[in-house]
Amino acid sequence: MSFPWAQQYKPTTEFGQWMDEKLPIGRLIYNSVGAGYPTPRNLNYMWNFGSLAGVFLVVQIVTGIILAMHYAANAAIAFDSVEHIMRDVNSGWMIRYAHANGASFFFIAIYLHIGRGLYYGSYKAPREMIWLLGVVIYLLAMATAFMGYVLPWGQMSFWGAKVITGLFEAIPLVGKPIQELLLGGFAPDNAALNRFFSLHYLLPFVMAGVIILHIWSLHIPGSNNPTGVNVKGPQDTVPFHPFYTAKDGWFLGLALIFFTGMMFFMPNALGHADNYIPANPLSTPAHIVPEWYFWPWYAILRAFTFDFLFVPAKLLGVLAMFSAILVWFFLPWLDKSPVRSGDYRPRFKKFFWFGLIPCIVILGICGGAPAEEPYVMLSQLASAYYFAHFLIILPLLSRIEKPEPLPNSITEAVTGKPLEQAS
Amino acid sequence: MASVDTAVEPSDSAVSEPEIGGVRRRDFINIAAVSFGGVGVVATVFPLVNQMNPSADVLALSSIEVDISAIEEGQAIKTSWRKQPIFIRNLTASEIEAANDVDLSGLRDPESLADRTQPGKENWLITLGVCTHLGCVPLGAAQGEVKGEYDGYFCPCHGSHYDTAGRTRKGPAPTNLEVPEYSFLSDTVVKIG
Repeated sequence: MSFPWAQQYKPTTEFGQWMDEKLPIGRLIYNSVGAGYPTPRNLNYMWNFGSLAGVFLVVQIVTGIILAMHYAANAAIAFDSVEHIMRDVNSGWMIRYAHANGASFFFIAIYLHIGRGLYYGSYKAPREMIWLLGVVIYLLAMATAFMGYVLPWGQMSFWGAKVITGLFEAIPLVGKPIQELLLGGFAPDNAALNRFFSLHYLLPFVMAGVIILHIWSLHIPGSNNPTGVNVKGPQDTVPFHPFYTAKDGWFLGLALIFFTGMMFFMPNALGHADNYIPANPLSTPAHIVPEWYFWPWYAILRAFTFDFLFVPAKLLGVLAMFSAILVWFFLPWLDKSPVRSGDYRPRFKKFFWFGLIPCIVILGICGGAPAEEPYVMLSQLASAYYFAHFLIILPLLSRIEKPEPLPNSITEAVTGKPLEQAS
Repeated sequence: MASVDTAVEPSDSAVSEPEIGGVRRRDFINIAAVSFGGVGVVATVFPLVNQMNPSADVLALSSIEVDISAIEEGQAIKTSWRKQPIFIRNLTASEIEAANDVDLSGLRDPESLADRTQPGKENWLITLGVCTHLGCVPLGAAQGEVKGEYDGYFCPCHGSHYDTAGRTRKGPAPTNLEVPEYSFLSDTVVKIG
């Protein structure tokens, strides 16, 4: 679907017409990311991160396919094969650094993309399905990134695999058998490494598939916008091409400057030195943390240091960590406020900027810090606030908050003039 | 109804710009930007393709030294160089004679034995053990193997016959067995590659 005023695809060449009758791929592109997709004229830079995440997924797939040409998924030689990539393969160091830092940039892009959705209410009707698919993409990305980090088979790889699969052990009764099933053994070894490699290769393509669904469902209502007000007429939109292709392109250039800067000048800044030590099942590194993009969830996991009723602390931590993301699946129905954009919700805005965002930053800091005071207590407070935000504050706010008056239209918000009635 | 045009900025053709010899500033900017982008694409794609070339550890094994002191006249050995078989053959006087008796004009790939060996070391025939037809390993280097109709090497895959100078004589092989770059470090040690 598209708006009725969308520009129509007209193949200009004879070949284009011939193709359009047989396989209208040109029409599909034209209507998805071309001039045939009318897009709100007022999108701000926060709307750039979806396409940016898509580009970084492509970077990951391209560099990943190349790394797989040189990597050996065998516990005896995996570490050496990564060093072989770093030292012997032509430009191998660059491709591996692109892949390692590309993961971080992918997560930066999707965190800002998710944050945009949270602030501007992009998860609200009629865009619930886009949001739900987005959460699925995020979960797939987490699984992919985790398994990818295991592949170099360094100390952090090994102990990361051990700790994360150890989470499943917390499940009552079936926990231990599940952990053994996942690992194909009693601790991470060749069987685990091989299946992680297989899935690490597969899941990005599954993600690409879900991303197609995500974009498909986006194109039914069209993009949300900073006012959250529905598009009312042609004056509210501009064609995606050339306006947003150009804007996305320029922003991509900017992002690539930062990306290549990281890649070439501080490639290990986000990594852990311990992972350049080969995996040793008999010695755990003193300070074991996941990659930065997992820190908030890791903090929630570690926040539970006490048993509650008959539930042991370990199980509580695991449940809380998974719930912290699963609660997103219910977000469209927890926040009932009909106003989408946080710009017109005075109280929500305060809770967002002074509550949720600092809370996640604190969780992130605590997740990367050693498990000692004051980080444990901070994680506990921040975890409590995190859940309160979604389960108490948002439902309550949507009842008691008095939103500010919305502009009549996007055009009015942009130009400051009342909407001229389209004749 | 207000058309899409209201939303579209004036295109470059609508903007009056000074022209210099029919070239607008925008034409120059377009060409410069696309060219610069093209350079960037090439610079990015090059390492992504070049990574498939032999890596440093493969290249490090690109030359070997072989002790040939134990190869008696009439014997040959197979060794491995760059993961490919190498035949080193100590030709007998009669084999050298047989090779030199051949009329070069009748050969598919005319080369004399002297062309294919080093001066003063004509008895040492060093070739790749890779048939020039489709890459099988010819027989004839090891004791008791079939040497083919010309008493050199015989490729069992598609029936190519090589003579005592490793030259193609019969069958589909288009060229003589390849002679690698090599040098004698001493009378008994040869460096291949």
